[in-house]
Amino acid sequence: MAAGAASGGSATTDTYKEARTWLLLPAWVTLTILTLAPVGMMLIYSFLTKEFRGGVIWEFSLAAYDQFFFDRGLFGDDPAKIEWTYILIFWRSIWQAGAATILSLVIGFPTAYFIATRPESQRPIWVFLITIPYWVNLLIRTVSMKFLLRDNGPFNDFLLSIGLIDSPITIVNTNFAVQLGLFYSYLPFMVLPIYAAVERYNFSLSEAAADLYATKWVALRRILLPAVKPGVIAGCILVFVPSMGSFLAPDLLGGAKNFMIGSLIEEQFKGNAGNWPFGAAASMILLTMVLILLMAYARQQAKAENAEG
Amino acid sequence: MKNLMKGSAAALALTIGANAALAEGDLVIYHWFEYMPQELLDKFAEEHGVNVTLDTYDSNEAMLASLKAGALGTYDVAVPGDYMVSIMGGEGMLDTIADGELKNKGNIKAEWADPSFDPGRQSSIPYQWGSTSFAVNRDVYQGDINTTDILFTPPAELAGKINMLDGQGEVIAMASLHLGIPQCSSDREQLKALNALLQDAKQHWVSFNSDTAKEVLVSGDAAAGQIYDGFSAKAREEGANVEYAFPTQGYVAWMDNVVLLKDAPNRENALKFMDFLLEPENIAAVTNFARYNAGVDGVEEFLDPSLATQPENNPHADAGPGVFIEVCTEEVQAVYDQIWTNLKK
Repeated sequence: MAAGAASGGSATTDTYKEARTWLLLPAWVTLTILTLAPVGMMLIYSFLTKEFRGGVIWEFSLAAYDQFFFDRGLFGDDPAKIEWTYILIFWRSIWQAGAATILSLVIGFPTAYFIATRPESQRPIWVFLITIPYWVNLLIRTVSMKFLLRDNGPFNDFLLSIGLIDSPITIVNTNFAVQLGLFYSYLPFMVLPIYAAVERYNFSLSEAAADLYATKWVALRRILLPAVKPGVIAGCILVFVPSMGSFLAPDLLGGAKNFMIGSLIEEQFKGNAGNWPFGAAASMILLTMVLILLMAYARQQAKAENAEG
Repeated sequence: MKNLMKGSAAALALTIGANAALAEGDLVIYHWFEYMPQELLDKFAEEHGVNVTLDTYDSNEAMLASLKAGALGTYDVAVPGDYMVSIMGGEGMLDTIADGELKNKGNIKAEWADPSFDPGRQSSIPYQWGSTSFAVNRDVYQGDINTTDILFTPPAELAGKINMLDGQGEVIAMASLHLGIPQCSSDREQLKALNALLQDAKQHWVSFNSDTAKEVLVSGDAAAGQIYDGFSAKAREEGANVEYAFPTQGYVAWMDNVVLLKDAPNRENALKFMDFLLEPENIAAVTNFARYNAGVDGVEEFLDPSLATQPENNPHADAGPGVFIEVCTEEVQAVYDQIWTNLKK
């Protein structure tokens, strides 16, 4: 997504100059109504006063952000201290999403490389195979994963039967299960951009490196990786960002024992708390973090392009 | 109460009633998932020639949020739990049923005709009622289970193998019973004790699941779990050797009710539907399906005989009282939210 925006856009022809305004209208409508308006609403709600049991009162208030950053004790009248609860929840989400991203990269990169190096006629079939499981609803896939991994599920039964372990490994309701769930949920988002990048890569560059006595490792690290880096980064962003806000895997596979950002926000709207401004504020803080991440990427990308050109 | 299929359930809409041409208008129901036999909806649609649409939700709070966010005026009836009826009444989201508008109103069992959450049944009729307690796998633990210690200070066999419901109301109500403190108490020492109890008990709990509360017992993921009575009965039917507890300290009672929503677009049909559900034969079909209890006189002859002896419906002599979840003041609710966040942070 971000990679496409950064790489294209230099040679625009103005064939449709006359009708440009009208032709761009759908794009503008989509951008404003479907993207900016909801975010704007969220921003406004985060600065409003909470109504008991959900809803907002149209009075300006910083209470939501105050709640996020300051701890005033169980009854709300202690002197303010720094609130670590939500920082901890954000940190946990970043950590879980990061682990899932690394897992996806470790599995996804060789997979993408494998597909991209098949004969051209076979590649669509491999891509097709990667995407097939994702035609099934995410909820069903996550629940199925729980069935497979549980203490007396097929995975543990198999390991027990071949004698590799003596007692079942507990995976369900652990952090690792959450990472595994996130990894499996978003793996294609890692594979596909990397595949697209590797497919465009000119393999004669690797051959040239080998001719110049580069070892395979050096050729991979200094020639292939820099060339496909945009694909790798795009893949990492596409896995990391939705993983951070996910609540299905943490709830179903992690046992919902610890809030992640997604479940914390969900609780504000669908739970007892009914604290819409706080949910909106937490969303805004999440959004800001992601935005900073993307901007850092875009800047770095622009720098790289300047260096090349 | 239940929480299955987060997200997707709310979006699921079923349109019933093939005889669109003959239809005398519509009826739009907002209901829990998996809580209404399809045949019964078909029967109503056919009897009254009404097009029935059913949308589902997965928790009382999710339903409230959706109605607050603008869905009021879309639906004719909803099925909130006891405490949610008072909340919705307080928010002005319910319409009043005038005397005589429901011809079957007299069928309501006397003990449910004037509940605290809707005095005089101004806006609601009983749907199903039951209890929320916990079930224990008897293969794992053979000792006395009729105490809330099982959840909060469990014996070694059960420690670390307990599933709790993922709902603030149910967990805090049960903890209050365990401590012997009133619900919604604003006493600071009692609230601190409540916070400390939950912080300490968390180490014994393996997960918080409402939608899969039954399934984790059947699969053996959990050896004990907080659960609704009907779910426990179904777990037994599916082969889990579980026993449902009625703790001496008390347990949570609940009642789901069909309410007439304010600005119902098809008010007439909504009343017809409520009358329909007050017919013993019809509400008995719901009970046979969901395995809870009806609040209507004369259902007995239509009920599945196994329901009468179902252990989940028959508290033993020493069982504590069944108490409804109470609606707290804003101040106490704020502390409860804090306690809940502390528990799950």
